[in-house]
Parts: sequence; structure tokens; C-alpha cells
Amino acid sequence: MSGIAIKNVSKAYGPVSVLEDISLTVEPNECVAFLGPSGCGKSTLLRMIAGLEDVDAGEIHIGDRRVDTLAPGARGVAMVFQHYALYPHMTVADNMAFGLKNIGVDKVEIVRRIDEAARILELSDYLDRKPEELSGGQKQRVAIGRAIVKNPDLFLFDEPLSNLDAALRMRTRLELAQLRRRLKATMILVTHDQVEAMTLADRIVVVNDRRIQQVGTPMDVYARPANIFVAGFVGSPPMNILKTEIGESGGFVVARLGGRAVATRVGASGLPQSTHWRVGLRPETVAVVAPGAGDLDAQVEFVERLGERTLVYTKLADGTPMTAEDAGISKVRMGDTVGLNIDAGTAHIFDGNGTAYHTDATE
Amino acid sequence: MIANRKKTRWSNALFVAPFLAVYVCLLVYPLLAGMGLSLFKADLFGGGEFVGLENFSRLLRDAVFRQSVANTFYFVLLTVPPLTVVPLFLALLLNRTTRVAAFFRGVFFSSSVLSVTIVTLIWRMILMADGGLVANIRALFGAGAIPFLSDPRLVMISMAIITVWWCLGLPMMLYLSALQQVPKDIYEAAALDNASWFRTLWSITLPSVSRTVILVAIFQCVLQFQLFGQPQLITQGGPNGASRSIVLFIFEIGFRRWDIGYAAAASQILFAIILIATVAQYLVTRQRATLKATKGATS
Repeated sequence: MSGIAIKNVSKAYGPVSVLEDISLTVEPNECVAFLGPSGCGKSTLLRMIAGLEDVDAGEIHIGDRRVDTLAPGARGVAMVFQHYALYPHMTVADNMAFGLKNIGVDKVEIVRRIDEAARILELSDYLDRKPEELSGGQKQRVAIGRAIVKNPDLFLFDEPLSNLDAALRMRTRLELAQLRRRLKATMILVTHDQVEAMTLADRIVVVNDRRIQQVGTPMDVYARPANIFVAGFVGSPPMNILKTEIGESGGFVVARLGGRAVATRVGASGLPQSTHWRVGLRPETVAVVAPGAGDLDAQVEFVERLGERTLVYTKLADGTPMTAEDAGISKVRMGDTVGLNIDAGTAHIFDGNGTAYHTDATE
Repeated sequence: MIANRKKTRWSNALFVAPFLAVYVCLLVYPLLAGMGLSLFKADLFGGGEFVGLENFSRLLRDAVFRQSVANTFYFVLLTVPPLTVVPLFLALLLNRTTRVAAFFRGVFFSSSVLSVTIVTLIWRMILMADGGLVANIRALFGAGAIPFLSDPRLVMISMAIITVWWCLGLPMMLYLSALQQVPKDIYEAAALDNASWFRTLWSITLPSVSRTVILVAIFQCVLQFQLFGQPQLITQGGPNGASRSIVLFIFEIGFRRWDIGYAAAASQILFAIILIATVAQYLVTRQRATLKATKGATS
């Protein structure tokens, strides 16, 4: 298996810059997810690796080969498209065989590889069908099969689950994770769905505003977001980010929220000079308690009952919104006044530039 | 309840009634009236004597009619294949968003908007043996004029060239619209699958537009069997009947010799020929598609 090196890659469409000076290394056999909002350039980056978009500046290497000057077919990559891109007039078997026939693979070998892929993907009964006769999940598996049979150096997945309904998406996600372990291949996955990224990838590359915002393991990105964008983008429901004034107590930052001082575990030394500070609190660190029994009181604006937990959207006395979490069988109702107990041990602090500071203990 | 439903059903028919009325008056009635007329010996002044199938048996013995049928088939053979294939390649070349492509799309389509009178006028000036454009150019090189319009062996080929030039635009537009329906990501998948230009054309593009190819072939077949204006205006069916088409024969019999029943019988034969040709074409292409699908499924 080959790793990938992306060196100072930039891309613009006319006057509109899409990606600027992107550098990234993907290790052999690693699965990396490009995560970001729609239009952030993550798909463009994937398509540049595949050779479907030209690179304006920089280089892309797969293994020892520089590939950004090669034709898509010569790069040794296989791609699973968002809308599958199956050849509609060909059967499942022909779809899988097409790429192999084009490079002159022996017929017996083609049949062997298709049978093997069909067995792994449970497609053996569908080899003679046309794509129009398949369900969304089956089409997805055919698209993956078409990639597998090529034994590529690198698998590229462009929003692989976005066309599936919720139940099928969960199942396919699990199947993809299992497949990944079985194939032992280098993979790049583009998604705007953080659950997909967190469950499938070894590392997540958060892309926004033409640049890579953070590269890290899923838990690293979740627990130690590099900046305010990553903090707000990763996590559902999003992190509460509130304006605050900071002080210091015992070497740690103390943030003022709704007139109360909340002691965080973020080290106070080494913080830059900044006039604007914000504190970030994940909803799961804000618990609903009886009024007056917590750090703050708040008015309940909306309640979302998800079964195993309840999300409580509240407003503090000064009008600041704050999302809290309660048990699945919560009695909280809209309009109630509740107390909020803040576990500030995992709170994040953001300076005026949006750079994040975390508790030293969090790993 | 049931009565109510029936009432509703009839009132629904009102929506299609205007179309149906026009369709029956202008298409179904004339078709049936023509079939009826073909069984009479009649002229344009009414009346007529019932002669059964005599008009048809006369037609089969009529050497002029037989020649016009042969001419028409020859013309269809000369025009339908190029009118099915050439516009496809033009569409493939011009299916891009550049200004040059847009300009040439306009150029190739422009001939289609001309009336047959203009088209024949232009081409007569090009092909005339006496002072035509081709003759003049050949004269510059000391070569003699080619009798495009007066040689019985060349006249139908000339008609075919004129017709192909005239009719290219619409099929090209049909192909362009079909090509633009093909999802772009299929081509990207083919590029990643190492497909060459020819392989992409053969295995991706052509199967994707095959329905349009069939449509164009059938449409052109129907259209070209009805050849009339070009020989009527350029050669009046000559020389020696070599460019007389079936429709021109019908026109001459019906409106020059006033033998309306005989002309109606010839019309029925043309109708039958077009019907058989299009149905056969449709069945053959459909069978081929089914065979291919079955073959694909078993390979």
C-alpha cells in the first residue's frame, strides 16, 4: 500500500480561490476523512488526487510517484462517486469488469476478481442485473466493488453515504468500516457528516475557508479542536460558545458566565493578550438540575427528546443561548426554569482570533 | 354513485376533446377518405366510379411508378445513414461550452431553417453544369463540368447531398440534447477506468444515446421517403424520370393528370412502405437491444 503526500496544492476557478497552499501526508493503510461544510473545497481536493481536476500549484505524490501530471487512469486510484456513476447500460459484472478489460487483464483473472468482490459485498446474486434494477444500497456496493476489483493503491470515496436513507446509511457505515479492515488499503473519504468521519477515519482533516483547519484523530478533533470553527462544526448538537471575561485562579482560567465564575482546567499561563474571549462547553458537560441547584439558571426554549437523552435548548438571564443535556426520560418542558450544572473541567477557551486553548488533562 | 362516476369520466374527456377533434378531422378522416378514394376511378370534380383494387393492380404494372419506388428507396438508402451518423459526430465535436462550438452549432443548424425553395436555388447555382460554382472551379483547373443534375446516375446522389446538407441541423440538435443528458460522472468513472477515447465513445457514449439514434433513424426514414420539393424544383423528376420520387409521382398523377383515385392508391402504397420500414426498424433495433442485454447477462 502507498501513502500520499500533498504538497502546497492550490486551486482556483477563475478569480475564485477554492484551496490555498494545502499540504497533507496520508500514511500507507490509513483512512483519512476530509470533513467540512458544503463548498469548502474538500471534494475538489479529492478530485485533484483522482485527476479529475487540474492542480494549479503544488504536487501530489502517491507512493514514490508524482501523480498530479498523470491521467486519472494512470494514477492507480479507484473512486466511489457520490451518485455511484455506474454505467447504466452495463450489468453489475460488466460494470466491475470495464476497468480491468481496459488495462488488458486476463479474462480468467477478471472473473476471479469479480467473484471475490461479489462475495465480499454479497452481490453474487445480482451480477447479471442492470443498475436500474438495484436498490440504493446495492448500487453503492456495486460502486465499491468496481473499486475493489482494481486492487488500487488508493481508494477515494466522495460522500459515499449521502444518497442513502438513515437506516441504510448506518448499516452501510458499519459495512464500510468492516470492509476497510478487510481490505487493508489507504483510503480517503470526503464527507460533511461528522459521524461518518468519526466512525470510519483514523484521522480527520477538517477543511474550511480554502484551508485545512485541523488534522487529527477523531477524538483529538472532538476533544481538542484547533479553533472556534472546528469546535462549532464537529459535534452534534454543536458546542455552546459564549462570550466571556476571563480571570485566573490557581493557575487556571476562570470564565465569567451569567454573573457567575466558572473554574476551567485551561492553564492560564501562556495565554496571549486578547480583549475578546469565548468559552466553549459541549452540551454533554451542561447538565439540567433543579432551579437554583446549579451554576446558572436558565429558561427552557425548546426540548428535543431523542430517546436515550434529551437535548434542552435554554436561554440564560442575559439572553445567551445554551444547549444542555438531560436524561432520556426528562420531565423538563418548554417555558420551565431550570438550573444548569456546568462541568467546566473540559471547557475550551477561544481568543479573539478563534484559536482554542484546552485543559492540559484532556487527551 | 356509479352514475355519478360515469358522468365524471365523460366530463374528463372534454380535456382531450379539442385535440381529438382536430386529430380526427385533419388526420384520421383524410387517411380513411384517401383509402376509400383509392378504390375509385375519380377526378377532382367529384363523383367517381368504384373500381375495387384496379388502381393498385395498375400501379404494379406501371413502369413509371415502379421506377419512382426504386428511386425513392435509393434516395432513402443514400440519405438516412449519413443523416443518422454525421450529425452524431458533429454533436460529439460541438458538445462543449466554447464560443467556437456555439458558433458552429448555429452554422450547422442554420441550413435547417431555410425553405426548400431557397435550398434548391442555392444548390442549383452550385451544381449547374453551365456556370455553376463547381463547374467554374473545375474550369479554373481546366477540368470539364460534371452533369450533376442531368446525368441519371448522378442526379439522385446530388439530391442526397442537397438533402443531407439541408437536414443535418435537427438530428444534430437531438443528439446534442441526448449527449447533455449523459451524467458527467460516468465519463469521470470511465477516465478512472482507463477507457481510451474510442472505448469511451463505443462503450459509454453510444449506448447512452442509442434511443436517440433509433429515433433519428426512424424520423429520417419517414421524412426522406416523402422526398418531393428537391426534385420537383430542380429537375421536375428528370432526367428521364431518374429523380422522380413516389410523392412527385403522386403529385403529377393527382394534380396534373387529375387521376385522383390512382394517386390515392399510390399514396396508400407509400403509407404502407413507410409504416413497414419504421416498424421493421423499430423491431430490429429493439431485438438487438434485448439480445445484447441477454448476452451481457449471460457473459
